[in-house]
Amino acid sequence: MRPFTYERAGDLSEASRLGANTGQGQTDAPVQFLAGGTTLVDLMKLDVLRPTRVVDISPLGADLAGVALTSRGLHLGALATMSKVAEHPDVRRAYPAIAESLSLAASDQLRNMASLGGNVLQRTRCPYYRDPSWEACNKRRPGSGCTAIQGYNHNHAVLGVDENCIAQYPGDLGVVLAAFDAEVELSGPSGARLLAFTSLHRPADGEPHLETNLRPGEVITGFNVPAGAWTRRSLYLKVRDRSSYEFALASAAVGLDMDGETVRQARIGLGGVAYRPWRSPEAEAVLVGKPLDEATAKAATDAAFAGAVTHGGNDFKPELGRRTLVRALLQAQSLPVSEAS
Amino acid sequence: MPRDTAELFGKPTPRIDGVAKVTGAARYASDEPVANPAFAWLVTSAIARGRVGGLRLDSAKAVPGVIDILTHDNVGALAQPPAQMDGGPTTTTLETDQIWHDGQIIAIVVAESFEAAREAANRVEVDYVAEPPSATFDSPGVQVEPHKTTEDSKDPAKGDAAAALAAAEVKIDARYSTPTQHHNPIELFTTTCVWDGPHLTIYEGSQAMWGLKANVAKQLGMDPAMVRTISRFVGGAFGSRGGTTSRTAWIAIAAKRLGRPVKLVATRDQGFTIATYRAETRQHLALGASRDGKLTAFVHEGWEVTSRPSGYNVAGVDTTARMYACPNIATAVHVVHADRNTPGFMRAPPETPYMFALESGMDELAHALNMDPIELRRVNDTKIDPVSGKPFSSRSLMACFDQAAAKFGWSGRNPKPGSMRDGDWLIGWGCATATYPTNIGPAAARLAVTPEGKVTVQLAAHEIGTGAYTVVAITAARSLGLKVDDTTVMLGDSSLPPVTVAGGSNNAATTANVVYKACEEVRRRLAEAATADPASPLHGADAASLQLKGGTLMGPTGASEPFKAALSRVTGGVLEVHAENAPQGSKPGAVAGLYEGKSAMVRGTGRENVTTFAFGAHFVEVRVHERTREIRTPRVVSAFSAGTIVNPMTAHSQFMGGALWGLSAALFEATEIDRKTARYVNHNLADYLIPVNADVPDIQVLVVPEEDDQVNPLGIKGIGEIGIVGMNAAVANAVFHATGTRIRDLPIRAESLL
Ligand SMILES: Cc1cc2nc3c(=O)[nH]c(=O)nc-3n(C[C@H](O)[C@H](O)[C@H](O)COP(=O)(O)OP(=O)(O)OC[C@H]3O[C@@H](n4cnc5c(N)ncnc54)[C@H](O)[C@@H]3O)c2cc1C
Repeated sequence: MRPFTYERAGDLSEASRLGANTGQGQTDAPVQFLAGGTTLVDLMKLDVLRPTRVVDISPLGADLAGVALTSRGLHLGALATMSKVAEHPDVRRAYPAIAESLSLAASDQLRNMASLGGNVLQRTRCPYYRDPSWEACNKRRPGSGCTAIQGYNHNHAVLGVDENCIAQYPGDLGVVLAAFDAEVELSGPSGARLLAFTSLHRPADGEPHLETNLRPGEVITGFNVPAGAWTRRSLYLKVRDRSSYEFALASAAVGLDMDGETVRQARIGLGGVAYRPWRSPEAEAVLVGKPLDEATAKAATDAAFAGAVTHGGNDFKPELGRRTLVRALLQAQSLPVSEAS
Repeated sequence: MPRDTAELFGKPTPRIDGVAKVTGAARYASDEPVANPAFAWLVTSAIARGRVGGLRLDSAKAVPGVIDILTHDNVGALAQPPAQMDGGPTTTTLETDQIWHDGQIIAIVVAESFEAAREAANRVEVDYVAEPPSATFDSPGVQVEPHKTTEDSKDPAKGDAAAALAAAEVKIDARYSTPTQHHNPIELFTTTCVWDGPHLTIYEGSQAMWGLKANVAKQLGMDPAMVRTISRFVGGAFGSRGGTTSRTAWIAIAAKRLGRPVKLVATRDQGFTIATYRAETRQHLALGASRDGKLTAFVHEGWEVTSRPSGYNVAGVDTTARMYACPNIATAVHVVHADRNTPGFMRAPPETPYMFALESGMDELAHALNMDPIELRRVNDTKIDPVSGKPFSSRSLMACFDQAAAKFGWSGRNPKPGSMRDGDWLIGWGCATATYPTNIGPAAARLAVTPEGKVTVQLAAHEIGTGAYTVVAITAARSLGLKVDDTTVMLGDSSLPPVTVAGGSNNAATTANVVYKACEEVRRRLAEAATADPASPLHGADAASLQLKGGTLMGPTGASEPFKAALSRVTGGVLEVHAENAPQGSKPGAVAGLYEGKSAMVRGTGRENVTTFAFGAHFVEVRVHERTREIRTPRVVSAFSAGTIVNPMTAHSQFMGGALWGLSAALFEATEIDRKTARYVNHNLADYLIPVNADVPDIQVLVVPEEDDQVNPLGIKGIGEIGIVGMNAAVANAVFHATGTRIRDLPIRAESLL
């Protein structure tokens, strides 16, 4: 860890002012916001992130940690802890996939510390990114190359990757937010704005060190998840070798709006397999208007993984990902939910 | 002659150090308070082969608080590499500019604070002269050679295995592999060195107090009498703290240069490369049998990775060849030199990997024979060591299988793979044999007792988390007829009488037998004085027939006198005895060698008239999701028979912990290596998977009673390692039963079953 100055932002304008230099790159971002610190402090100790100024935004939690369910949807404050949202009865009832994505993530201790805003901005677990003794990592040192492509890539992404980076986005919540048309509320030096959650993370575009479309000084203040017929019949299935406390090998967020046996609308997100929080409109399209059975579920998953690119260690991922999605779809179909909302 | 061991042992006794441990009062090495320490941080290599061309230190030295940076240039000549337990060479660190492996120590930063040392270490820039490294099996540039054998350690061979295999009615022939694994004891690798004039004190978690002392003295060219090692509590060792590793001498040198204590707490990821590990293996196993299941041919070959200079290997064929009766045996072991750090002991070093192949193979053979796997073991059970022809001193293998099978409900198993399920989960039941040789080492101990019955026992034995303090307290108190609560035990300090290395599961047998001997000396002196004293109610009795019991010295007829009276007769104050024990079968000079830091052991396969092993059986249920293939293990039943159980409470923990680690070895653990650079990539506890609480099943441990007075006078077999052995195979066998897919490469993960 390198020396840095620590400041506390008492309100949003102070946060934007103190954070005016939050860069977008990884190692070179001179200012970092600090929420729960469970990603940031780890990476500072590993000498991966080297901010010279850390702006603690936890005081904003006084106003930005709420959970509110209205007829328009669910609003989640960016500084709400993962554990609070995971246990919230409204979230569990109306958006079970969101509650599950949080309760299946990390550990109790981490969930008690970590905020939703920090959660969606967590960094990849790629070992070559997390250890600066590796020379080549385009995410950490722009233009230096990618060691993972020919190295150990067991848990690397197969969807949305390019020849510059195959890092996997490891978070769980983001997968559900991507699937459920969520919006991100931002507040920055030039005011507030809304961003589609699927636009928060940038696609692989040759600049993997630039991960998000946040502008300097912008703080995530909350998330809006619209109401929809699919949110109740929803689940998050996370497949991993350990029963708990492990990132996904493959995961699926599924929301279904059913007309009897037939799918009226579907929302599908995929985790553990993609470069960024991944929604699969291709798979959703396959399902719409069809009875949901093993065959349609398989057709949907084939569509979801049609573009998968593997690199040896992660050759198993498309198959595991397909099986995970089939299981999630059939499990969601049989959830005991009344369609009337 | 020893008393009835059932009278002395077998009473569940809470750890005497338990409260100290859970309240934080117990001092682990880096907890020892030292005045005004400076803090060290290791700089380790980012390449696996080559040289340090140069170190650019300006930016590191500019960090406020940095005091010193040790490199090959300024300290390289001051120490020799540490001697290895196998007597052979190993890789160097600062002695030369050579880089042998990833994560090798190449510089040490010393600063006023931990944080400054870390920051400065991050700022050290290294110019490497890199060469392409060889990572592991199949990497270009590895050198393969047969392991070295001696007269005492020949590869087991008998009859004509090739011909018998060719002629066998039923056979299996398969290849297995086990991955690299690291101990990851929760206590990190730490060293604190303090000089007082010419005297050096080293605080470091160790499994060999006197060994560490002698080794570091030799590295530094010092008189060992000037070195003291202290390690009162060890936060897990599992073999990782058995040998001396390079960091210790450098920290001693750093402290000397500064004239000030220096403390090093290496990081978790550094622990993967500055200490030892369990090397990956490949194995070939072929078994031939007649239709009735009797083995006719046994062929087992192993390949093990090691560093360039070291020939370290574990050669588990020495155990597997003795497991079952078989007239034709052929074995071989090869070492594969790669650009890696030198491996070392890790819980049941030979048995954990090699029994995976054998016990998987036995299950495959049972399947090929259409025979119950327990029955296959029964048909081939033997009272005679098939390699040496000597009898086993005791062998309760089938009793373990039968009792565990009954508890598990094995008779309800449908042998057809894939036939049992619960909803979407396929159920599999598997079993396997556990075994571990019974070893014992030489030791010395000092015991003092007061007329009030307060006992102090001192010996440089090792509390590596197993309950060693309590074993000593139980032995002393019960042998003297006094109270465990009145017994003070001091361990983990080389200023105390020497004990052999705490390895090979010898600790309980070694320490209990020497402490018993000290107690026996106390008894003899009290008995001889009492029987000679006309004022004693025991006057005239046969001194040999008197016992210390219930706070008295007691004769066979029931006449007795209080302990206080008996002791006061021989001393006005404290009675102190120094006992030394060279177990039967020890080589000449074994005890004398202890004082030079040499760790001898009488091994289960190295005795004159008998072969000594402990045995057990594991049963496990796995559940495999029919679609996504995650593997879960809801329950385990394991039975062990291991002679006298000194303390059933801590023994249960050892067995259970071993079984759990076996599950972990089967399903989770593997150190991953980047093949191009020969560097570890998952060197942290987030990516190196071990079970979390949610993975821990209902583990039932059964202890099958067994008496064996040939292993040692107190009949104690080691139990520290046997629990892990065979569990990996039991899981693989259960996975086969659940899915019909035989996995021969560990760990078994969802992706193995897609
Ligand atoms: C061992 C371990 C296991 C884990 N397992 C899982 C898992 O299984 N699934 C999973 O999803 N996650 C997992 N995580 C990740 C964990 O969920 C994240 O670390 C956590 O959610 C981050 O939240 P935080 O508040 O601590 O963020 P911080 O560390 O405080 O911040 C993270 C980043 O976000 C920025 N930031 C934070 N808040 C804001 C804001 N409001 N506006 C703008 N920028 C902001 C910070 O500047 C920083 O760059 C694991 C983490 C660990 C250490």
